[in-house]
Amino acid sequence: MNKLLVSSSPHLNGKKTTRNIMLDVIIALLPAMIASIIYFGYRAALVIVTSATACVVCEYLTRRVMKREQTVGDLSAVVTGVLIALNLPATINPFITVFGAVVAVVVVKQMFGGIGQNFVNPALTARIVLLNSFPARMTHWVNPFDYSAGADAVTNATPLVQYGQGGELPSYFDLFLGSTGGSLGETCALALLLGGIYLVLRKVISPVIPVVYVASAAGFSLLFGRDPLFDILSGGLLLGAIFMATDYTTSPLYFKGKIVFAVGCGALTMVIREFGSLSEGVSYAIVIMNILVPLIERYVKPRSFGKERAKNEA
Amino acid sequence: MEAKFPKRPFRTSGGAHVPHRKNTWEKPSVNMPPVARVTLPMLQHIGAPCTPTVKKGDHVYVGQVVGDSTAYVSAPIHASISGTVKDITTVMLTGGQYVDAVVIESDGKMEYDPELAAPPEVKTKEELFTAARNAGLVGLGGAGFPAHVKLNVPQDKQIDTLIVNAAECEPYVTSDHREALENGRNVLNGIYKIKEILDVKRVIIAVEDNKPDVIAKLTEIAEDPEKDPLDEVKVLALQSQYPQGAEKVLVKACTNRDVPQGKLPADVGCLVMNIASVSFLESYMRTGKPLTLKRVTIDGSAVVNPQNVIVPIGTPIAEVIAFCSGYKEEPEKIIMGGPMMGIAVTGDELPIIKQNNAILAFLPKDAEMMPTTACIRCGRCVSACPMKLMPTSLEKATEKKDLDKLRSLDILTCMECGCCSFSCPAGRRLVQAIRLGKSYLRKAGEKK
Repeated sequence: MNKLLVSSSPHLNGKKTTRNIMLDVIIALLPAMIASIIYFGYRAALVIVTSATACVVCEYLTRRVMKREQTVGDLSAVVTGVLIALNLPATINPFITVFGAVVAVVVVKQMFGGIGQNFVNPALTARIVLLNSFPARMTHWVNPFDYSAGADAVTNATPLVQYGQGGELPSYFDLFLGSTGGSLGETCALALLLGGIYLVLRKVISPVIPVVYVASAAGFSLLFGRDPLFDILSGGLLLGAIFMATDYTTSPLYFKGKIVFAVGCGALTMVIREFGSLSEGVSYAIVIMNILVPLIERYVKPRSFGKERAKNEA
Repeated sequence: MEAKFPKRPFRTSGGAHVPHRKNTWEKPSVNMPPVARVTLPMLQHIGAPCTPTVKKGDHVYVGQVVGDSTAYVSAPIHASISGTVKDITTVMLTGGQYVDAVVIESDGKMEYDPELAAPPEVKTKEELFTAARNAGLVGLGGAGFPAHVKLNVPQDKQIDTLIVNAAECEPYVTSDHREALENGRNVLNGIYKIKEILDVKRVIIAVEDNKPDVIAKLTEIAEDPEKDPLDEVKVLALQSQYPQGAEKVLVKACTNRDVPQGKLPADVGCLVMNIASVSFLESYMRTGKPLTLKRVTIDGSAVVNPQNVIVPIGTPIAEVIAFCSGYKEEPEKIIMGGPMMGIAVTGDELPIIKQNNAILAFLPKDAEMMPTTACIRCGRCVSACPMKLMPTSLEKATEKKDLDKLRSLDILTCMECGCCSFSCPAGRRLVQAIRLGKSYLRKAGEKK
């Protein structure tokens, strides 16, 4: 008999792999991508392709230069790329998109050790960096269905900007379907919800963070005397709650921690929207909460089975 | 304490949906003909190893004690065939430790020890305890904990519930399934006796709901107004989710009681026994024949004819597989026990021991494990852990040899069910790291 393979149990693996989880996220993002192409035309498709390609190339090159095991096959760079694209306006200059990809993949993700090691969400951090570096271009919104509007065309404000300026607001129905100005992926609530439901059904994410985030944001919106439904449907709240705040690496592992994290995200989002000079607060809210995750996990821990309660609280 | 029967199992946390692959449940068990030679290692249980009580050249009968120990946590070992002691040698067990072993060459007669003829009289707790020890009974579900130690419940602990474990949550394994179908009445008779002696008012026979035939069969036998007039024995269908058969999880599912860390089911009024152990104890009380045979599920992609075989203990794995028409191709991995908690062995010359419930032989394509990539902090290991531990944090603490952290994360509560490693999409060897972490703590002089 040949030598037998000896290994420590278990001798079976489940079917989920990092790669097929990432593939599921990409599938879940498809409705939002399609909606963005319907509303903003070929330019939306161009932004998505540029961003995803740039992220994959960055991931490949960084791993190569650092002489680390190649991880480009896990598709996480594609997810980051698509998420960056969905956070950009359709008129964005492709060089800015590529710059965003470099920030996200090279600086935020790979410099800290690659997948699973980054302490803030790469796509959101890229968006924040771009927003601060190119404030005008990053808020250069075009009207939906206005496929030909160039970079110097008349710009249209997002619903949140309109709200801040006290302008006329789009109807809930328009907000739900997404025929408003805004970043590629944030306008169509319907598409984002479809993606979210898919992720929950496929058990890729737990619904805890999105549901609590939205509920918390609605609660604070009410507290500040705003319109909760408007706040949920406008801006990047759903995109953030479903696809960004649920990022595994930068959200708490445990149920109780997830709740604290999501409540914090909702509160910060609304505080920024109501009191900040920015009209939108989702990116900063999530990134700030990302940074607080280690602290949350330090104080909010599950009680292990059969552990006495008193001992735990002492 | 008023103990009602649960209508449905209580919620347990964690677990994994492992594939069932119960390929052999429909096939009746087959008796393996006596083999020419058996090897009986002196450690077939948790506890102190036995010392051989026979010499080279001695003649032994079936059921004669060949190894015993004066230690409390130990169980005697009996000859499984009649013949001559050929040798007292040393064998390496699956855990890597070396122990003495008695090698017996068969005389082909399978003669029982004439002194064993009379079945023991068992009326009191002490007699039950002695019977379990004399029978050489250990937990037959796989753990191999000496049964008499378990049955000798301290005076200050009141047992109100006996849980008969027929969950059989490991993939492939069907030996308890066949036990229930083939010896259901025996099981119930055993239950009635143990129940009477230990004065237990509630017996729950726990079966996973992927075995409807076992549930139906045992329910039918258990509904016996003559033997159980107060209807104190019932079958409970558990969710088919690994590891329902793990002792603490089982106690939770059946009674909603949490066994405190570092304590036993007896501390919450429960006694858990494997179905095959109960059935064997009943046979022993009836016939006086000690534990010399074991039903073992032989399965896996490398085996030509998977089935349950009743094997004399000490038979080499290779001969049992040959009895099942041999290997299809050279196997890459052979596991003693189920694929989730079983131990991969170094060779098929090793003997079947008491607590073996399965031998699985796999072809190379089924033996390879997923490659390991970086942890993505998805939290699947945390939600899968039935003990609500944090496997990924334990893995990191083990890598850093941070013993304080390991302790504060309650590493010793881990029962090594493997749900974390099974669930990990990055193929990380989580439970394996936890085992290493435990060994660091042991080396640092901590008691288990």
